[in-house]
Amino acid sequence: MISGSLFPLILAAALAPLMQSVIVRSKSVMAGRVGPPLLQPYRDVWKLARKGAVYSNATSWIFQMGPTIGLASLLVALTLLPFGGFAPLSAFSGDFVLIVYLMALGRFFTVVAALDTGSSFEGMGASREVTFAAFAEPAFFLALAALVRQTGYLSLNPVLAAVSTATWTHAAPTLGLTLAALIIVFLAENARIPVDDPTTHLELTMIHEVMVLDHSGPDFAMIEYGAALKMWLFATIIVSVAVPCHSGNRWLDTGAALLAILVLGVATGLLESSMARLRLLRVPQLLLVAIVLAALALAL
Amino acid sequence: MTALLIALLLFGASAVGSLIFAQRGRWPTFLGAGGLILGSLCGIIPATQVALGAPPQSLRIAWDVPYGSLYLHLDALAAFFLVPIFLLCAVAALYGAEYLEEYRGKKALAPSWFFMNVLAASMVVVVLAHNAVLFLMAWEAMALSSFFLVTFEDEKESTRRAGWIYLVASHIGAAFLLALFVLLGRHGSLDFDHFDSSAGAGVLFLLALVGFGTKAGFVPLHVWLPEAHPAAPSHVSAVMSAVMIKTGIYGLLRILTFLGPAQAWWGWTLCVVGLTSGVLGVLLALAQHDLKRLLAYSSVENIGIVALGLGVGIVGLSAGAPFVAVAGFAGALLHVLNHALFKGLLFLDAGNVAHATHTREIDHLGGLIRRMPGTGVTFLIGAAAISGLPPLNGFVSEFLIYLAGFKGAAALDASSSSVPMLAAIAGFALIGGLAVACFTKAFGIAFLGHPRTEHAAQAHEVEFAMLAPGFILAAGCVLMGLFGCYVVRSMGPLISNVTHLPPIQVAQALANAAGSVAEVGFLGAMLIGLVVVLSLARAAALARRRVATAVTWDCGYARPASRMQYTASSFAQPLTETFAMLLRTRKVVTAPRGLFPQHAEFHTRTDDPYQRYLFRPVFHAVGRGMASLRPLQQGKVQFYVLYIAITLLALLLWQLA
Repeated sequence: MISGSLFPLILAAALAPLMQSVIVRSKSVMAGRVGPPLLQPYRDVWKLARKGAVYSNATSWIFQMGPTIGLASLLVALTLLPFGGFAPLSAFSGDFVLIVYLMALGRFFTVVAALDTGSSFEGMGASREVTFAAFAEPAFFLALAALVRQTGYLSLNPVLAAVSTATWTHAAPTLGLTLAALIIVFLAENARIPVDDPTTHLELTMIHEVMVLDHSGPDFAMIEYGAALKMWLFATIIVSVAVPCHSGNRWLDTGAALLAILVLGVATGLLESSMARLRLLRVPQLLLVAIVLAALALAL
Repeated sequence: MTALLIALLLFGASAVGSLIFAQRGRWPTFLGAGGLILGSLCGIIPATQVALGAPPQSLRIAWDVPYGSLYLHLDALAAFFLVPIFLLCAVAALYGAEYLEEYRGKKALAPSWFFMNVLAASMVVVVLAHNAVLFLMAWEAMALSSFFLVTFEDEKESTRRAGWIYLVASHIGAAFLLALFVLLGRHGSLDFDHFDSSAGAGVLFLLALVGFGTKAGFVPLHVWLPEAHPAAPSHVSAVMSAVMIKTGIYGLLRILTFLGPAQAWWGWTLCVVGLTSGVLGVLLALAQHDLKRLLAYSSVENIGIVALGLGVGIVGLSAGAPFVAVAGFAGALLHVLNHALFKGLLFLDAGNVAHATHTREIDHLGGLIRRMPGTGVTFLIGAAAISGLPPLNGFVSEFLIYLAGFKGAAALDASSSSVPMLAAIAGFALIGGLAVACFTKAFGIAFLGHPRTEHAAQAHEVEFAMLAPGFILAAGCVLMGLFGCYVVRSMGPLISNVTHLPPIQVAQALANAAGSVAEVGFLGAMLIGLVVVLSLARAAALARRRVATAVTWDCGYARPASRMQYTASSFAQPLTETFAMLLRTRKVVTAPRGLFPQHAEFHTRTDDPYQRYLFRPVFHAVGRGMASLRPLQQGKVQFYVLYIAITLLALLLWQLA
């Protein structure tokens, strides 16, 4: 059942944290600071992985299972993700449904782990997480449906391989709208501004970061690393649609895709530097915009 | 067929036996539960064989009832529904034997076992009957026996009310079925083989949709579910929610096989019904505080998913897209089986919780996973499965329906048939997201954190006999999630029977779909392996380091109390607030006043909007209308003689004119 190459998975595992530091670096430059070194996320994960842990007396084994299941489900999802002309380990009809639901599995366990601490802050974050996810999922699925309808394939690898510059010339509006919806979902799912602010210092206003307040040590390393992998997953899909490079040389394509991910990281940093977080009540409206954009892409 | 008859005989014998030995201590329980388990084990063998592809069998005995005949027919469709019926009856009997012990001496248990066996037998006959009279009699026996099971605790006012609503709903549904079968059998025979649907297939479809939809719980006909399921003892709720409401789906499918070529608008209708039931069901579930009421609404949601799958399948069928049709039907049918497994499990676990804590209020629970580890872990599996998460069984059936929808979106390019596909995809995604919210709430608030009340703090794990059924069903959820492809592959005869597609085409489409499901199972196994490896690595790493325990970080506050925890209502609040239009939640707020507030209160209540704003006004109006006839009933003999005389006179005049 294993057909493709391990390369996309290795690439994701190796470079995912780097994309986060690209965002941090571009924000720092915009703010006139030097910013942490580019390898800081790797150091953080490594440092956490070597530490002990502190557990709340309210928690049970669910709390300790949460990060493990979250990371495992992302790693399995990444085996379905192609990159720059390299086929993923496994591809079959409907594989993108499995990707979305694997991420939902990770979310389920992050949320119940947060509720396991009995903290009202973490409960608040968990509540917001499930609320926004309920709106983000339809938007993501409709965007995927637009791509499926445009290309006629039912599996992520052929779908992304079929998007080309020719597709862009004859169906630019559809792809453009789909891309816009995907970018909104990318920002929401990865807890970026304008949905969530990963660097805020006030627990009351957080979503994702507040859910993992009580995790420490190796558990927290898995959470941090998993967050990087999740961002990489969404970024890859966006980049494959936005910059469909099929030169015939897979290494060249991979280079182009990496460059595009770098650009996406810088753009995210610029976006975060130039606008504030939305009020929480506005977030569902933003996600509804994504749903409408994807539905329009389908109607065109 | 012989084994099925033996099963029916065993059900009958143990029903009568438990009544005869009603006064002999534990005898009714032994007889009632024992007969139910033995009969189910006996019946599940032929049912499984036929469901996996053995040739159909039938049995026909003449019967004196006009138009009736004892005509039983076991084909793939019947067998597919029989398997979960037998399985759930057996585990519910095992569970009920222990669960009802609490009531022994306080209430008569013999009637409960009598009706449980009658319910099991009547469900079996409903699915096997191939004659309308026999079918309707079994249907009525099913409704009545379950009514008496629901009203087990009839000393409670709320239970009597629930039973009443259930009885009324059942009979409104049955009235539509009566009309349906009269129309189908208008050329003499009421045997299913001789039904005539030459004219008015659309009307017949609508009659079946309402009649069977009332049993299945399509919105807005679902109002009896959230009343009856919480009122019934938990093993009864499990059987009713997991398999009895599915006889509505069975009936709808059976009628579809008589109606000739499927029309696109049937599919559209089912898609709309499915989406409405799915979204409203899960939203109403999310707004509930009562664990069993939440589960009842989630049954409405899952019936909606089944209807959506059928709708997508029928649209595909009428648009000439065999893969869409086959994947849609396969997903819907598999979801019937899967829902039986995880909803049965969740209701039994809810029973454990109620048994151990004497409350079903989610906000009064908390921390149960430490005190009830077995119940906790099975509830977690059920909650993840019902949220459609891999690697469990709920994902497999939802995956097939997604596959049908995406294939339809890709293949049905120019036609308007792709609209229901896209609506199904988006709606399905919304339902999935909301289901995660609903079941993280149910599990997270009830089982995790600190106990919120003394009841929850004093809870103890239940006896093994009440845990074992949950473990059996949870194992079923995991196995179906990993090895669902084998079930999908064996559904060929069943689906060609329902869709009338050529078996070769069906087999080809199923092989395609099963290929994807096999990959899902493989990756699911990989996921489990990866979790085990990561957990071991983590445990090994932490074994040599300092692992400390502290209070939960509450932003610097060092004395968090259990009452400060997030509650189920607050967890669901952003979503219930967003969908307030649909839910019509009522709030009772006493805000704190003054500099030193003494008293404050906040209470929400989400009644069923359809019952409140649709059925109650209608039934009140009917009641008022009927009350105006009351003067006719004077209770005086003279008046009745007068009525007879007037009637005779009128008849005479009519005859003369």
